[in-house]
Amino acid sequence: MQQFLTTALSGLTQGMIFAAFALALVLIWRSTRIVNFAQAPMAMITVYIALVIIDAGYSYWLGFAAALLSGLLLGAVVERVAVRPVEDKPHINAVILTLGLFIVIHALAAVIFGSRYRSFPAPFGLSGFKVGDMNIALTGFGVFSILAVLAVMLLLVLLFRFTNVGLMMRASAFNQEVARLLGVRVTRMLTQGWALAAMVGSLSGLLIAGGNLVHPSYMDSVVVFGFVAAVLGGLDSPIGAVVGGLILGVSLSFVSGYIGSEVVALAALVILMVVLLVRPGGLFSHAPARRV
Amino acid sequence: MLDIRDLTAAYGPVTALDGVSFTAPEGKITAVLGANGAGKTSLLRTISGLLRPTRGTAYLADQDLSRVPVERMSRLGLSHVPEGRGVITELTVDENLRLGGMGRADRAKPADLERIYTLFPKLADRRHKTAHVLSGGERQMLVIGRALLATPKVLLLDEPSLGLAPRIVAQIFDLLKSLVESDGLTIVLVEQNARSALSIADFGVVLNLGKLVVHDDAAVLAGDDTLRHAYLGF
Ligand SMILES: Nc1ncnc2c1ncn2[C@@H]1O[C@H](COP(=O)(O)OP(=O)(O)OP(=O)(O)O)[C@@H](O)[C@H]1O
Ligand SMILES: [Mg+2]
Repeated sequence: MQQFLTTALSGLTQGMIFAAFALALVLIWRSTRIVNFAQAPMAMITVYIALVIIDAGYSYWLGFAAALLSGLLLGAVVERVAVRPVEDKPHINAVILTLGLFIVIHALAAVIFGSRYRSFPAPFGLSGFKVGDMNIALTGFGVFSILAVLAVMLLLVLLFRFTNVGLMMRASAFNQEVARLLGVRVTRMLTQGWALAAMVGSLSGLLIAGGNLVHPSYMDSVVVFGFVAAVLGGLDSPIGAVVGGLILGVSLSFVSGYIGSEVVALAALVILMVVLLVRPGGLFSHAPARRV
Repeated sequence: MLDIRDLTAAYGPVTALDGVSFTAPEGKITAVLGANGAGKTSLLRTISGLLRPTRGTAYLADQDLSRVPVERMSRLGLSHVPEGRGVITELTVDENLRLGGMGRADRAKPADLERIYTLFPKLADRRHKTAHVLSGGERQMLVIGRALLATPKVLLLDEPSLGLAPRIVAQIFDLLKSLVESDGLTIVLVEQNARSALSIADFGVVLNLGKLVVHDDAAVLAGDDTLRHAYLGF
């Protein structure tokens, strides 16, 4: 029972972090049809910014805020400077571009921050608590992770559903030409979309880093899981990304807890294949075909 | 109101529009007719900036449109309802309509939205459904309503009758006619359905292989047998 609960709870925490990362991928995919392979290093570099601030003696929260803000900024800059010029070129150009960015940002981080392991603090406790004589594996930082991702998701829902900017961003994602004819500044919406996505990516980076060691490729393994989660959800659906992340996090936690941590990556692949065989469009694909 | 001078446009080596000039006068409906591939869609796309002219210009009132970005057109008073309707099916009916109110110079008021719902009660019933569930006729009403929310001076419509039953087409054309009378709207109506279009239009323009071949009163065009046989197919 205790092992079951522990496994489920740590899976939930992991799943929320995968969900955030998957959400970042989906936000960019649905508006620009680009899989942003540079998402992980972009998040990584903003986490280093947080680390520099925290190591200089400022509070964790200042570093946290700085990472999110620089994520926002970095996303906008990457879209404007690097992605914009290839946006109307064949899609392979953009893919190669984000792969290129992956390498460049890695190299930059190693040069600027060094490639040794550095420990990143957590603002809350990292040990579980006791209910009666049962150890609950949910740590203070785990609770914080879950709440932080939930809060960001709630804010995104509010933005997309209830504000004019959110509506214009969705319109731009679904049909750029019609949006432009209606007076929506589509290029601006795309920049804002990348900024938001990069910020959500930074959040996942901060949560993975908390209480762990960071180095220039500490985020890289998340790329695979985040991508699988996004595909599980159908790549186009933000809610799908969240559900995909949770399913993946919990299942992998059980695989790791009951079978062995060596088979986790394999299990992720199996889950992906099974879902794609049963529902080729992902769990949250729905009927309306894209207008041609 | 909309003054088109020597407008020429191409897709790479294919010239789609070749030195077209005519004026769509204020408060009138000008029908643009012609067979498949005549250049009707290209004409509208060049006016609204989706396609850039290689020569010539369109003027809205006295404003040269050839360098205005597409997303500024609606603020200047030009609305373009594209071929194939342009409903964003992933959004709700209400969201589609609200988008129409965002690209105008002033702010859309809730009353403006309600006016559209009164004009099209069928849309009001489905307000919060995704536009995916609408029929062809309802989609056409949605895009016309959405364009009206931008409070245009000039409305470009690309084949609004496409795929609709004759009764619905008649309904939509009646509505266009009454909008011209009530709001003083200027309409450029691209149609393959020449007979219906000429029945509500004041003027008609016939395109053939990208060139303007005739420009005359709608009644004259409808009565000209040789022209009808040669270009209009009825
Ligand atoms: N995207 C494009 N690329 C290349 N050529 C094009 C493109 N769109 C149209 N054309 C060509 O330009 C010419 C004019 O096409 P256009 O779509 O303007 O005609 P149309 O009068 O609207 O026809 P329809 O009644 O079938 O809608 C045609 O020869 C067409 O093949
Ligand atoms: Mg056409």
